[in-house]
Amino acid sequence: MKKLINRPEDALREELEGVAAAHADRLRVHTGPNYIVRSDAPVQGKVAIVSGGGSGHEPMHAGFVGMGMLDAACPGEVFTSPTPDQMLEATKAVDGGAGVLHIVKNYTGDVMNFEMAAELASDEGIEVEAVVIDDDVAVRDSLYTAGRRGVGATVLAEKICGAAAEQRRPLPDVAGICRKVNANARSMGMALTSCTVPMVGRPTFELGADEMEIGIGIHGEPGRERRKLAPAHEIVEALATAVVDDLPFRRGDKVLAFVNGMGGTPLMELYVVYGELHKLLRGRGISITRNLIGSYITALDMAGCSITLLRLDDELTALWDAPVNTTGLRWGV
Amino acid sequence: MSVTVTQEGVIAWLHAFAEAVAENRAYLTDLDAAIGDADHGSNMDRGMQAVVGKLDGPFPGDAGGGIGALLKTVGMTLVSTVGGAAGPLYGTLFLQMGNAAGHGSELTVAQWAAVLEAGVKGVQARGKAELEDKTMIDALTPAAEALNVAAASGLSLADALRRAAEAAEQGMKATIPLVARKGRASYLGERSAGHQDPGATSSWLLMEAAVEALALAAPPERPGA
Repeated sequence: MKKLINRPEDALREELEGVAAAHADRLRVHTGPNYIVRSDAPVQGKVAIVSGGGSGHEPMHAGFVGMGMLDAACPGEVFTSPTPDQMLEATKAVDGGAGVLHIVKNYTGDVMNFEMAAELASDEGIEVEAVVIDDDVAVRDSLYTAGRRGVGATVLAEKICGAAAEQRRPLPDVAGICRKVNANARSMGMALTSCTVPMVGRPTFELGADEMEIGIGIHGEPGRERRKLAPAHEIVEALATAVVDDLPFRRGDKVLAFVNGMGGTPLMELYVVYGELHKLLRGRGISITRNLIGSYITALDMAGCSITLLRLDDELTALWDAPVNTTGLRWGV
Repeated sequence: MSVTVTQEGVIAWLHAFAEAVAENRAYLTDLDAAIGDADHGSNMDRGMQAVVGKLDGPFPGDAGGGIGALLKTVGMTLVSTVGGAAGPLYGTLFLQMGNAAGHGSELTVAQWAAVLEAGVKGVQARGKAELEDKTMIDALTPAAEALNVAAASGLSLADALRRAAEAAEQGMKATIPLVARKGRASYLGERSAGHQDPGATSSWLLMEAAVEALALAAPPERPGA
């Protein structure tokens, strides 16, 4: 294992120290329990938005804390859900009297920990609503499994709900917008290489030099199938077709196209992927009216990408365009 | 009067479970690597080390809270240190056991069986898993049932705990051919079959730890009991 760390067991704490040192002007980093809040929290009269999840997906979620996006993020251990005490303290720290929205990715641990946190917060008189994001079409949806995973749509939901909260929309509205984003977004990812969890020290899975995994999760969970490596246009066709056919996205739809890097893939390749996606969607009569290209929801050092499409209407477009000022996303300010 | 579960016994059980988790840390993680995300051993070990830290310091049981307060402290410690899915599930197990145990410092075998049953029901409510979903429920539910049956038929604490551990072991082994329907393993679908569930395995360790520790730390059987 080659990583820019000191000791694996210190990596999370030292990451948080680095974040605190770098962004003291806009973030407050709490340790024991760990959570990160925007420096002006709590914002009175505004719905607060809290998210969180295992570490290793940076910049998600701490990189999205700030004006126009999240009020707080709870980082867990690498690829491990944070705990209810973190979520409770974060929720209390950002509650400005208008209630708190928890944005939760659909993983068994995350869902249960956020459920316990919401129970504890309501015991303390804080109104909490939770929305679970489950946009990964690689997982066959079924009532008899843990269901689809939350992936790329999480970033889009955090941005869009953050904008709605800044407009002082009430909690049921902000939660409704979050559900609308989730209902209109689909994603699928792929990996060229495995990732290596610092505490484990070896790759999570083995991929041959000429193999790729289609439908990979953001923790290196296996996907739909392992295939021989193919040119970018074939990979994009596999991912985009699965995404488009699932919702389904139709001729005439306007979409936000999000090409996300898994952590170990250069921007050069992401733009190749975007170019292929643009051609493919144009051929299907789907127009990309907004886009996001970069590594925003990662799986440590995994090489690969994911494609997320979000069907836009005027409301979602306006909220996407609204100002945001976080370390990970910033425009209009 | 049959041998009872005491506060000392519960503490010995928790120490024994922490040792078992530490010894089997790599084993649990390897099981999890096959069908999950390779962190069950390290997460459980982190949690149980935190529990041991609490047990070695002053804990609510000292202040007269009894077995219930002790178990609740364990539950809250696990909830705040384990993370993942195992944190809320094991946390809920101990929290609900604590609620059922009350303030006393001694419980009969039948009372202890009811305590375990309440805990397992809590786990089921939290995780919404059914039997044969390939989860810790597959070890815990048969163990709780076996303990109830053993208590009702008047078995000694040691024998009753042995029956519970055997039932947990059978349930754990029975997870091998199952296709997972809950948790991260469910993403694998059919590919999850052929692997023993890591959560059921740690639950068996918990029941197995009770056999020696909980019974051995109990007051000696009185003549004519």
